[in-house]
Amino acid sequence: MSAPGRTNLRGSVGYSQNSTPNGGAAPPCQNGPLQTYPPMYPPTGYYGAPPHHQGYPGVSAPGKAPVTNSANYYQSNQQHHVAPSSYSAGPPPQPYATVPSSAPPPPPPHAQYSQQPFQQPPYAPPGSYYAQQPYQVSPAQLHQQPGLVAAPASGPGAPIYPSAPGSGHYGTTRTTTAPEATQMGAPLHHYSAAPPPPTAALHPGYEAAAQMTVNGKGCAAGVQNSSHQHYDQSHPAPRSYNSYSGGGADRPASGTLSASAHSSPGRHQGTPFGFAADSGASSASAAASGPAGALTSSSSDDDDEDEDEEAGGDSSSSSTGSASPVPNNYDSLEGGSYPDSMPPSNDMTNQAQPYSNYGYQGMPPAYQQGPAQPTDAPPSQNLYGPSGYQPYSQPFPSLSQLSAALGGLSGVPELEVEALRPVNLLQERNLLPPRPLEAPEPDISSDLKKVNCSPQTFRCTLTSMPQTQALLNKARLPLGLLLHPFRDLQLPVITSNTIVRCRSCRTYINPFVTFLDQRRWKCNLCYRVNDVPDEFMYNPVTRSYGEPHKRPEVQNSTVEFIASSDYMLRPPQPAVYLFVLDVSHNAVEAGYLKRFCDSLLENLDKIPGDTRTRVGFLTFDSTVHFYNLTEGLSQPQMLVVSDIDDVFIPSHDSLMVNLKESRELVKELLTSLPAMFSQSRETHSALGPALQAAFKLMSPTGGRVSVFQTQLPTLGAGKLQSREDPNQRSSAKGVQHLGPATDFYKKLALDCSGQQIGVDLFLLSSQYADLASLACIAKYSAGSVFYYPSFHHVHNPAQMEKFRRDLERYLTRKIGFEAVMRIRCTKGLSIHTFHGNFFVRSTDLLSLANVNPDSAFAVQMSIDDSLADSSLACFQAALLYTSSKGKRRIRVHTLCLPVVSQLSDVFAGADVQAITCLLANMAIDRSISCSLSDARDAVVNAAVDFASAYRSSVSNLQQSGLVVPAVMRLFPLYVLALLKQKALRTGTSTRLDERVFAMCEFKTQPLPQLMRMLHPDLYRLDNMSDQGALHLNDAVVPQPRLLHLSAETLSRDGAFLMDCGSVFYLWIGKGCGETFIRDVLGCPSYASVPSNMSHIPELQTPLSERVRAFLDWLQDNRAFSSTFHVVKDDSSAKAAFLQHLVEDRTESASSYHDFLQHVHQQMSK
Amino acid sequence: MAFTFAAFCYMLALLLTAALIFFAIWHIIAFDELKTDYKNPIDQCNTLNPLVLPEYLIHFFFCVMFLCAAEWLTLFLNLPLLAYHVWRYTSRPVMSCPGLYDPTTIMNADILAYCQKEGWCKLAFYLLSFFYYLYGMIYVLVSS
Repeated sequence: MSAPGRTNLRGSVGYSQNSTPNGGAAPPCQNGPLQTYPPMYPPTGYYGAPPHHQGYPGVSAPGKAPVTNSANYYQSNQQHHVAPSSYSAGPPPQPYATVPSSAPPPPPPHAQYSQQPFQQPPYAPPGSYYAQQPYQVSPAQLHQQPGLVAAPASGPGAPIYPSAPGSGHYGTTRTTTAPEATQMGAPLHHYSAAPPPPTAALHPGYEAAAQMTVNGKGCAAGVQNSSHQHYDQSHPAPRSYNSYSGGGADRPASGTLSASAHSSPGRHQGTPFGFAADSGASSASAAASGPAGALTSSSSDDDDEDEDEEAGGDSSSSSTGSASPVPNNYDSLEGGSYPDSMPPSNDMTNQAQPYSNYGYQGMPPAYQQGPAQPTDAPPSQNLYGPSGYQPYSQPFPSLSQLSAALGGLSGVPELEVEALRPVNLLQERNLLPPRPLEAPEPDISSDLKKVNCSPQTFRCTLTSMPQTQALLNKARLPLGLLLHPFRDLQLPVITSNTIVRCRSCRTYINPFVTFLDQRRWKCNLCYRVNDVPDEFMYNPVTRSYGEPHKRPEVQNSTVEFIASSDYMLRPPQPAVYLFVLDVSHNAVEAGYLKRFCDSLLENLDKIPGDTRTRVGFLTFDSTVHFYNLTEGLSQPQMLVVSDIDDVFIPSHDSLMVNLKESRELVKELLTSLPAMFSQSRETHSALGPALQAAFKLMSPTGGRVSVFQTQLPTLGAGKLQSREDPNQRSSAKGVQHLGPATDFYKKLALDCSGQQIGVDLFLLSSQYADLASLACIAKYSAGSVFYYPSFHHVHNPAQMEKFRRDLERYLTRKIGFEAVMRIRCTKGLSIHTFHGNFFVRSTDLLSLANVNPDSAFAVQMSIDDSLADSSLACFQAALLYTSSKGKRRIRVHTLCLPVVSQLSDVFAGADVQAITCLLANMAIDRSISCSLSDARDAVVNAAVDFASAYRSSVSNLQQSGLVVPAVMRLFPLYVLALLKQKALRTGTSTRLDERVFAMCEFKTQPLPQLMRMLHPDLYRLDNMSDQGALHLNDAVVPQPRLLHLSAETLSRDGAFLMDCGSVFYLWIGKGCGETFIRDVLGCPSYASVPSNMSHIPELQTPLSERVRAFLDWLQDNRAFSSTFHVVKDDSSAKAAFLQHLVEDRTESASSYHDFLQHVHQQMSK
Repeated sequence: MAFTFAAFCYMLALLLTAALIFFAIWHIIAFDELKTDYKNPIDQCNTLNPLVLPEYLIHFFFCVMFLCAAEWLTLFLNLPLLAYHVWRYTSRPVMSCPGLYDPTTIMNADILAYCQKEGWCKLAFYLLSFFYYLYGMIYVLVSS
């Protein structure tokens, strides 16, 4: 927790407001008299908001692409496949070629392509070539990256690449175009290796679809080209339409292969422009012409689908793909990315209006008429108001106005100014952006920005890398990376005999290397000059020779290589799954077994694997039971080993069986298993011996062990005692037993890790089960932990439902076996500490027995040597794994950040969400290694230190009070939210297991999910307007405003949705309108709403449809589906909802305002 | 000049400190190997952990000898290290076998740096005390 950048231990300054004596006095979660903001924060609430506050009438509702599942994707593709004919009628192939606006494509690549024998007359002319264009066009979407010979290569015409001159087999392919494939690897087989005739029929569809995507994106570039406008909905539609139509000609510019890396117009790496343009295009054209409108909007569909596929990966799970891509995309529609959250960006600099270009430039009157009117509210309300900037800057004339003036006059990026605008937190209350924050973008050249790694995969806490450790120390911010490397995404897959790597540091070649000439390249991490191998001179995408810089590896910062045998220590293992099931009396009581067996039966065909896939089952109570499932047996044979002190494997080859061969037996076992133990009276649990048996069973192959445990292990090795004292649950003194009680599980996990066995733990316990000890088995073997407190199949249907959904995702999600991940960074930087589930094998190498798409990692970095001699710092994460199809693959992500020497630049590039998440990880480490109070102090000090550092860095700051730069304005709020999390809170009764589980979650959840857990999104649902809404397929998805997490924002006559990541709460006020209750919940009145309602009925009312559309939309971009609870204002479940209102004072924790006061006091000490 | 118990203690301490110096050097090398990725942390911890207690016991042993020989100054000089050893061993991570080093945390840069620094400090201390014991032995031999 002692990052080099922070000195977080400030003695025991503590956070003394916690336990203020009037804890019991004021009702919890109510901002009583303590909250004295009336003048600046009218009690009606900024958000109490009449329906208008979200009006953006400018463009009513741009056709926005759906975040749908692959089924839709497929369909929309099919539509497109019809569409292009009419569409491309306008600009036939030539225009595509003609205007390489800023692109100097040496040999127009399409020419080369068109020479290829593609027999797809109906769609071919542009299709065959442009089909791959989306990937070139949109370096923005990093993973749908350019350069790959996707469908065309494998299309009917050209099944496989001819061998490159002097080289072996170059097959590059990408998976994007194969939504029907269940695995990343699948398309490879489909297209590249053996293009089967049947798929040929599909290709036109895909390609046509892809072409449409090109159009969408081409126009994105066009928009940007022509206007450099930060598009938001309030922009006059015609403009974007013009640029769209003009963009038709521009398409090839960014579309050409050659253009992809360095030449296309500066386009944000993020999605805003692309999607903004799409939406602009579609809405505009929708307005203009019926069919064409439909067409274009579906093209933007496609665009989204790309994005979504990227998130979704497998077709089976694309709807539940990884968490965040979509909100970001939609944000752009919603009014842009929030200026303050964005780092300086050149794209903004061309804007004429320095202030108003942010967010709500052309803000329609409706918005301004909201209760948050700048005129009747103090400046603090103006954050997003059009005229808000001036009033703000007045208190700080020295810095902000000056620099703003500079920005306006001399081209200093306004965003930087905006990012650094001092915000006095004690005065400004309205800090939340209207839509969830986006990741800031590094301030690098637009060429690099386009190819840079997606922030969802790779994110740095400081998007501007400080030059020296001294500078970092001055900034008092933690430096680290947040990685989500195995995220479900679409990425180019490259097959090549030689994988080009730096000879000294072994870095994979990436877009940020420099080519000194045709034959030599310079590593961007260690600066060594390397030779370009002959094979690399051939570019399989353009089929041209002598253009190494156009290879897909150099065009994409996220790529996947098919590794050769050099990357194998042994032949790739098959997918092997072992299920270890608790069948003691307690487990039977809880009733999970039936659910598990049913789920597995349902998903048996969807489990990732190939013909070699093997499964096994092992159950245990006080003895360990094995199941012989060898093919040919008439029914499964149970073998009982009762010698738990020295477990042995009764039969070596018949326990782990080939799923394909023994499918019937497996099914039979799963059908009979629940009944088999229903009479069990055995209360003991021999988990340790069962795990040892599992280890022995799996060690020859490696694979995944899924352990289902329902109680404290009481027998044999690894038995545990109850360590929790229920009376101490709410003690403020310090929480004991956060660490493991025994190292048995850790040692076993390390053994497992050594044999490439990953262990996932499902704990379904109603009692204390010492998760702190048990979780070690998953933690060090790179598994995951799932915890279902008070699970019961009858009494707790919500948990049961959650278990079912989680299982479905768990069983069908992608998996990588025998994986290692190495993180390399530019010389001068070094990795300090890792956070997540893995075993650290050396200073930069993580050993991951299994890798799953839902776990993320965090890394703390330090700066050893000055980075002064380079202007860019790069990070590369390379994940080597065996896919479930038995292919060895390497997934490489490269992130590039600018190096800065000014403290203000460091501040301007701070990513508040990433910082908060890294801080959370550090705090959890600290609370386990030292104590909880220590960790809490350190977290508070992080906020205090940062504010002090900022204040001292801005010498001419006149303002007293708690002043932070605008990019970090949410930092204290997040810190407070962090302190109120289950993992770190004190004073509130928290079960030890739940606390430990929350800690595990913090260590492994990807950032968007973590942020939602930390600071849930609150929306008001009963007065959603269609303004600003997204139009997906045929549904309208309203976009309500984000509300502050305070009881003030709740009103009795409203219905509020809180999105906590893994759970949704719908809070219904007592006076909630009858219409809402009737139309959405299907109940006649408030009183008749059942207290345990956990789903929204599918009513055919418009309001219900919109609410469900919104919920589905929120749900669509996360891996595990969330549960839903309706919370009535007077129900007992209210507490669960209210505990998330982090800005309010509770019995044991202070309110946001008190917290700010506390931080302020600490600063002045 | 007589061969007293104190002189014997010093001679013994001299020999044992020489051994401890080797322990310290071994630690330093081991952690350096970890840092430069030559060794797997599990193996390295398995080789290091069995050495921890012997080192502490040797040090404890001659501290007791000095106590018996009433060499107060020497004992006093060694007490801080003794206390440190006790603290270090009581605050070790949960583990079933003797030793200090946990392969799952050892690669943490903080811990690695701490262990290395600890190794260097101990080496310095043992070297100084080696010469001190040499001096003490001669002094005792000469003065008695």
